[in-house]
Amino acid sequence: MNYETTIGLEVHVQLATRSKAFCGCANNFGAAPNAQTCPVCLGLPGSLPVLNQAAFELAVRTALALNCQITDRIQFDRKHYFYPDLPKAFQISQYDQPLSHDGHLDIPVQEQTKRVRIHRAHLEEDAGKLLHEAGDGASLVDFNRAGVPLLEIVSEPDLASPDEAFTYLTRLKLILQYLEVSSCDMEKGTLRCDANLSVRRQGEAALGSKVEIKNLNSFRHVRAALRYEQERQVAALQSGQRIAQETRLWDAALERTRPMRSKEEASDYRYFREPDLVPFSVSPETIGRVREGLPELPESRKARLMRDDRLSSYDADLVTSSRRLADLYEATVALHRQPKAVANYLISELLAYAHVRSLEIEAVAVEPAHLAQLLQLIEAGAISRPVAKNVFVEMIESRVPPGEIVTRKGLGQISDGAALEGIIAQVIAANAQTVADVRAGKASAFQFLIGQCMKATQGKANPQRVAEQLRQSLSQQTGGS
Amino acid sequence: MPRITAEEVRVVAHLARLSLTDEEVRLFTQQLDTILDYVQQLQRLKTESVSPTTHVLPLANVLRPDQITPSLDPETVAALAPQRKGRFIQVPKIIETEPG
Ligand SMILES: [Zn+2]
Repeated sequence: MNYETTIGLEVHVQLATRSKAFCGCANNFGAAPNAQTCPVCLGLPGSLPVLNQAAFELAVRTALALNCQITDRIQFDRKHYFYPDLPKAFQISQYDQPLSHDGHLDIPVQEQTKRVRIHRAHLEEDAGKLLHEAGDGASLVDFNRAGVPLLEIVSEPDLASPDEAFTYLTRLKLILQYLEVSSCDMEKGTLRCDANLSVRRQGEAALGSKVEIKNLNSFRHVRAALRYEQERQVAALQSGQRIAQETRLWDAALERTRPMRSKEEASDYRYFREPDLVPFSVSPETIGRVREGLPELPESRKARLMRDDRLSSYDADLVTSSRRLADLYEATVALHRQPKAVANYLISELLAYAHVRSLEIEAVAVEPAHLAQLLQLIEAGAISRPVAKNVFVEMIESRVPPGEIVTRKGLGQISDGAALEGIIAQVIAANAQTVADVRAGKASAFQFLIGQCMKATQGKANPQRVAEQLRQSLSQQTGGS
Repeated sequence: MPRITAEEVRVVAHLARLSLTDEEVRLFTQQLDTILDYVQQLQRLKTESVSPTTHVLPLANVLRPDQITPSLDPETVAALAPQRKGRFIQVPKIIETEPG
């Protein structure tokens, strides 16, 4: 018996505004507890929320980038539930007149493009943060996060596997980063994801019971939790059990999901209009202007780099995998018109640099002018590649132009025959056994001698010249004996 | 025919975190039924041409600039709570991860 999987995702993204959604408290991470709160975000009686213009604009921008329709008459509603992180006992959200609806996002699935429909994207406010202290029977509340603007992006259940869900999330995050609407940092909670999954026998018309999964702290967790849940549900159906519609929590340590509480029905939230917020609308002219002003998104940027710069699909994918990397690439190519060389250097050296240090690419400061100069030095043969590697690191860390580093440290490549001759003579003298091995026809021994010459010059020797001269010296010596 | 059942009253009471005795459930069911009966008179009005009114003022697109204004002193905020720990507000231990 074959089973089909249906997955939908709800992504909450904190919008990168200066102040909160409905009050002037600062919207930033890491302040002292309750230092960024006021009567509005604490829900004190008599306070009046007023929507933040930037939050509204960022939301509209994102909705349009996700090909959504902007609702004619946008309204806010109160969603009621009791929880200590929710000071008003309701969340300002949107129910039947959300900011936007009916969009889509295209994702690559097995060399094809799959269109994932977006049900809606709406604005709401974040809740506070609860800290659970071990043992002493108390939880602590910090309301700094309460009232931070959130955009909730709800996909249709169009994803057919945990891998597709992973791809969708990666693509969505990339678009949000290109739009510069959010820092998209899952560790800091500026991007969060809930998933729902159901399975049914192949060919069955009705969807299976929907299970919602929470507590997913990274895209990897999302995929792992969905894989676990898919297997659990198939196994249950195969043994004749029914799947309960419920909410489950992902336990990353045990790598399994476990039931939470039975899911409250939507009507239990007792939605009603937020009487303190008036309706909103966006004129067709504004929609047109915002759409015009959208940055080039990853897909079209990739296509352009493949077309104009003749990058391979693989290289173009990596270069556009972060907006910062793509910007750096283009700024460097503008100064040094060698697209392939620039792409290679960024992919091999910069990504490695960031990876080794566990840094986000955004956190590495590279001046396009410095990178262009470094590549020019390599191409002109002024420095060897191994030296270039070190100069690259120093250039990032000191922000000194590479030309200056090379001059100051005397790192210029040694291609001069007379200078190399002395070094080669020393290496031959010090490695008699290896020299004998070379003469006996052992290729690796020859490479070893080149390595010794490079080492003796701290990598500054031109390796090709070294090879040529070394070969010459060895044959002369043979001839002379 | 009653417009609201005792069971519905119990559900609503649970959602509002009210604990009611059986006697109160009986009493409120009957009172709410009377209120709903009264409100039902509105159903007889023809409202097809009236758009829903959630705001009485003809205002739209009221926005504020994205500027930071001073927050309350965290000491004042913590002092508002019945229980505190440092500048945190303290509540009874919460076991499950948040809903919503
Ligand atoms: Zn506030």
